[in-house]
Amino acid sequence: MATPGGSDDILRGRAWTFGDGISTDHIAPGRLFHLRTDLPELAKHVLEDANPEFAKRVKAGDLVVGGRNFGLGSSREHAPRIIKLAGVAAVLAQSFARIFFRNAINVGLPVLTCDTSAIEQWDDLEVDLAAGEVRDLTTGATVPFAPLPPVMLKILSDGGLVEHFRKYGEFHLPEG
Amino acid sequence: MPATIAEKIIAAHAGVESVAAGQIVVALVDLAVAQDGTGPLAIQQLRDLGRLQLKVPAAVFFIDHAAPSPRAELSAAHQTIRSFCDETGATLSDIEMGVCHQRVAESYAKPGDVVIGADSHTCTAGALGAFATGMGSTDVAIGMATGQTWLRVPETFRIEVGGRFPEGVMAKDLILTIIGRLGADGATYKALEFGGPAIEALPMHERLTLTNMAVEAGAKTGLVGSDETTRSYLAAQGREGDWRPIAPDPGAVYERSLSYLADELVPVVAAPHTVDNVHPASTLAGTKVDQVLIGTCTNGRLEDLRAAARVLRGRRRAPRTRLIVTPASQAVWRAAADEGLLQAFVDAGAVVTNPGCGACVGVHEGILADGEVCVSTANRNFKGRMGNPQAHIYLASPLTAAAAAVAGEIVDPRELAATGELPPKGEQHG
Repeated sequence: MATPGGSDDILRGRAWTFGDGISTDHIAPGRLFHLRTDLPELAKHVLEDANPEFAKRVKAGDLVVGGRNFGLGSSREHAPRIIKLAGVAAVLAQSFARIFFRNAINVGLPVLTCDTSAIEQWDDLEVDLAAGEVRDLTTGATVPFAPLPPVMLKILSDGGLVEHFRKYGEFHLPEG
Repeated sequence: MPATIAEKIIAAHAGVESVAAGQIVVALVDLAVAQDGTGPLAIQQLRDLGRLQLKVPAAVFFIDHAAPSPRAELSAAHQTIRSFCDETGATLSDIEMGVCHQRVAESYAKPGDVVIGADSHTCTAGALGAFATGMGSTDVAIGMATGQTWLRVPETFRIEVGGRFPEGVMAKDLILTIIGRLGADGATYKALEFGGPAIEALPMHERLTLTNMAVEAGAKTGLVGSDETTRSYLAAQGREGDWRPIAPDPGAVYERSLSYLADELVPVVAAPHTVDNVHPASTLAGTKVDQVLIGTCTNGRLEDLRAAARVLRGRRRAPRTRLIVTPASQAVWRAAADEGLLQAFVDAGAVVTNPGCGACVGVHEGILADGEVCVSTANRNFKGRMGNPQAHIYLASPLTAAAAAVAGEIVDPRELAATGELPPKGEQHG
């Protein structure tokens, strides 16, 4: 997970803030259903219905910052996939919808649950995956994020569920 | 240890005596499904891994979201699914058959099963007493290949409903009322277990409406115990042999209990753009409506169409309110035709479409214009859901939706009953 300006365990990037309740229809709208088999094309519209500027201006290493219940709605795995394809290094939110959260881990997109209420658009953020904290370099504030369950950490560190199976050929998950 | 329905089913599939909420297990999967929006990505994962020997006992692909195909790109996706089914022996439910969740209830899910599906409303099958949950394409691909999935055992919310449903009030009004109280994330990661006298008295089509929308409160699944109603439903599908009883143990541990008295419920509507934005229909009365959709995996069953027909028979839709009726499956379509319901809808000025997801997903068959208002019997009113982020979607029961089509605006359907304009329910169908 090396990113511009960071080591493997440190992600550094600009914050793109979104409000509460960002649905998978905001991220990958149903009207673009026909693009689901062309993810690079679908990624050009990522989060378009929440912020039309996002897909045009997002840069590799940027961080998506949501409020409550990020990713609610459809099971479409295309949603976290196109966020990742757009170059986003991680999604931070107060809380995540269950299926989106699981899908993000399965496709190797870090999703971090933390207090995002004080983060503003364009804040410069540093995510320290090892220390479990997000540092807002613009404001100087630091917030902890909830550790991933060991099972999800294992899948994420293997690079996603398909890579996990390529490696082990079966579920090879830690207890708990 | 006394167990909830979810805990019982998961323990049996993890090969252990009992499980506790919060525990992580690898469980056997009985049925894994995907649809035309999520299936191609699952197939791509299976091909990348070279896992074309599917170990899951039943794998089914449904072509329902964009059926028949409105675009060449989607025709190609459909072709991908058909070829994969030919190659692997997975079951294909092609364009004429209808919505995956309705088809799963009719033909595939059994009480006590673990069902995973690459569609968030897979939880619908919980009405049959199955542990059914939505996942992404990759999880479902792995489930198909290995016959296993990993699960975190959810905490359960018990939803106890007593009393009797009043005239004009349907299960849709109950589940919207519950979601309005819990909030769109109020049950995230939890199982919702519905029970009590009013649920025991509820026919299967209404139970399916309840469990269908569990995910709209963030829940992992919704469950109803398997009882005589379940047995009769399965028998009517020619599957009585699939029945077995399932109930929670007395003393099972619930994280939270919510109680409702059905008699106190009123017709409600979820206003744009979130499912938890729930208001009594009467308080939204007068809201002009451009289109009404009756159908979907939430309310596209035969009895839902009968409810709509009670309002629409002998009436016309309002002149500037389009009415679209989309039966959930071919079986529903055929039965509705046999009963003369489709004729009644056409007489009322409706367009009756082929079975499938129809206009609900925003792909085709009823995309809204900027600023337009739709009353839909579906489960989601998110911005952009029906293909246009500038449109407004209100969610309601089939009775409330049909009443809106006639009035051209949102109305409380009980007003029709009060003035004697709503014919009696007549024969009760389970």
